[in-house]
Amino acid sequence: MAYTEEELKKELEQQEYQYGFTTDIDAETFPVGLNKEIVKKISAKKNEPSWMTEWRLSAFEAWEKMEEPEWPNVKYKKPDFQKISYYSAPKTDPKYESLDEVDPELLKTFDKLGISLEEQKKLAGVAVDIVMDSVSVATTFKDTLAEKGIIFCSISEAIQNHPELVKKYLGTVIPKKDNYYAALNSAVFSDGSFCYIPKGVKCPMELSTYFRINQAGTGQFERTLVIADKGSYVSYLEGCTAPSRDENQLHAAVVELVALDDAEIKYSTVQNWYPGNKQGKGGVYNFVTKRGLCHTNSKISWTQVETGSAVTWKYPSCILKGDNSIGEFYSIAVTNNYQQADTGTKMIHLGKNTKSTIISKGISAGKSQNSYRGLVRIGNNAENARNFSQCDSLLMGNSCGAHTFPYIEAKNKTAQIEHEATTSKIGEDQIFYCNQRGIDTEKAIALIVNGFSKEVLNKLPMEFAVEAQKLLEISLEGSVG
Amino acid sequence: MLKIENLHVSVDGKKILKGINLEVKKGEIHAIMGPNGSGKSTLSSVISGHEDYEITKGDIYFKDENIEDLSADERAHKGIFMSFQYPIEIPGVSVTNFIKTAINSNLKARGLDEMPANKMLSKIREKANLLEIDSKFLSRSLNEGFSGGEKKRNEIFQMAMLEPSLSILDETDSGLDIDALRIVANGVNKLRTDDNATVIITHYQRLLDYIVPDYVHVLQDGKIAKSGDKNLALELEEKGYDWI
Repeated sequence: MAYTEEELKKELEQQEYQYGFTTDIDAETFPVGLNKEIVKKISAKKNEPSWMTEWRLSAFEAWEKMEEPEWPNVKYKKPDFQKISYYSAPKTDPKYESLDEVDPELLKTFDKLGISLEEQKKLAGVAVDIVMDSVSVATTFKDTLAEKGIIFCSISEAIQNHPELVKKYLGTVIPKKDNYYAALNSAVFSDGSFCYIPKGVKCPMELSTYFRINQAGTGQFERTLVIADKGSYVSYLEGCTAPSRDENQLHAAVVELVALDDAEIKYSTVQNWYPGNKQGKGGVYNFVTKRGLCHTNSKISWTQVETGSAVTWKYPSCILKGDNSIGEFYSIAVTNNYQQADTGTKMIHLGKNTKSTIISKGISAGKSQNSYRGLVRIGNNAENARNFSQCDSLLMGNSCGAHTFPYIEAKNKTAQIEHEATTSKIGEDQIFYCNQRGIDTEKAIALIVNGFSKEVLNKLPMEFAVEAQKLLEISLEGSVG
Repeated sequence: MLKIENLHVSVDGKKILKGINLEVKKGEIHAIMGPNGSGKSTLSSVISGHEDYEITKGDIYFKDENIEDLSADERAHKGIFMSFQYPIEIPGVSVTNFIKTAINSNLKARGLDEMPANKMLSKIREKANLLEIDSKFLSRSLNEGFSGGEKKRNEIFQMAMLEPSLSILDETDSGLDIDALRIVANGVNKLRTDDNATVIITHYQRLLDYIVPDYVHVLQDGKIAKSGDKNLALELEEKGYDWI
């Protein structure tokens, strides 16, 4: 008989995670466990000034007194924090003058991912600051950026070379004690990216960072800080793929954005951490805190495509503190097999005439659970605040779940808040229609899903949109049955 | 081109087609008429490979190959096209994107290279003109919010783009006003060659005023009750299906 969807589904389930490989690079890894000494050791390893060490220690003390949150709509075995190693750095000296000096093994890894530096350098003016197991190993386009006074480097370098900026802004958007995982990150963050755009400067290229967890059993704690000074503009891309692992890996990043008066930050993420195998074994735990602070007339726009991780817990948010500031959140979250995602945003309107837009597209397949959780809060003084939220869910098959938890708190009666929600299912009639035109079932699903996600995909920078579409296809292979 | 022998088809255990014999040769236009529930749409679905329809007996040959084991997309790759009675909406996918994906899928399945963008564009323009389709229409989401006439015109546009060997038009005239009917029929006539064939499935003979069939078959209770030339359609219109 004809090649049925059932057969297709089976075949695809047997496919291994496409990017599931590890790179054989010598790495220096700390012994497992977490205590004050480890925190001090991380700080010492990175030659940090004492104020930074103290900052980490106070975060650690706070974390010790905190409880892991229970409220997200996800179930998982809580990580044992004493069984994780908190530092891992490639042994090869990370400072290179040119690509020729980079470990060839590492370059091969990027080739496999299709993001080779050579290619990146040639293409479209994207400067890449690559974080592989915590230490930045290559930074390109630095000169071009430096001419404009833009600082784009690892956070470790920033702590050494621009302590005044780090000191001024680190932890101001997401305080050390903000939540359990933010506190943990503050104590042990290994590395991450730092970006500063000076007054009135429009960053001439998309800044991008590729993250990758590589060392078995190494939790990764990225710390990113982006500051757009008055009247500046920057578009920042973050994308990640991770190798296949049997044990769960913890990823607890913190991303802070500061948009000063009249500035604009566009932050785009494509996330493809290892989601675990088809039985739900393994996979990355992604517990991320992302938040932006908007000053007067500024704008922060979060765009995310979330396809990976076993468990995701992530709410990129905007605090609209300044008058006339704008916050945007565009999200596609895909879950398949046993993946669980509890993701959404918070829009906190404090200033007058502040506006926010939320477009969330959740796609659930297999036995996965996909939740949107969003908060729109209008403060007492936020005259004429406006919000528009749209949450659409697409279901595939009969064993998955889509949930929406919208919270609205309005303390000012001039507020205008709109919320729209839809739930739909990929229909067999849609698939047949595509089949009849010669489009196979797998491609048909990709087409339908891309159509469903279009409003968000359109928000991504060109080079990322293509990658994101491919990821959607890979993530949903064999999910209609 | 298409040869159907003693075809019996069931849906959910219910017998719908009970021994259909039909042969369609290159260059021919066949009309299949019949009252509601006679099995017309089942016949078109089963030829195009819908999996809900079970062939319990008989064979379907397309270009001398038994196609029973081929999936719908494989049949499409061989050159079978069906214009849907109720075209399906695919939100967020533009008409252009859909047809581009379809054409390239077919080319790929035949071991050919994708069509270059400039060639695709000029072909889209040419076929859109043929069917008097506005370029703005091509950017709209497939069938979403389309009027009945727009849906049908879009089906024939896709047919023009895909250039199939065999086109099955399932109730293409339903929901069309007289102007749209004329445009659609004109398109179908212009696309006719000595190498392709068309099967028109219709309840009324109205469409057959514009697309003149070589043969007319009357389907009743899952069987072809009567075959003839275009005059049979006129006679049916006059006397009704009870006359058979």
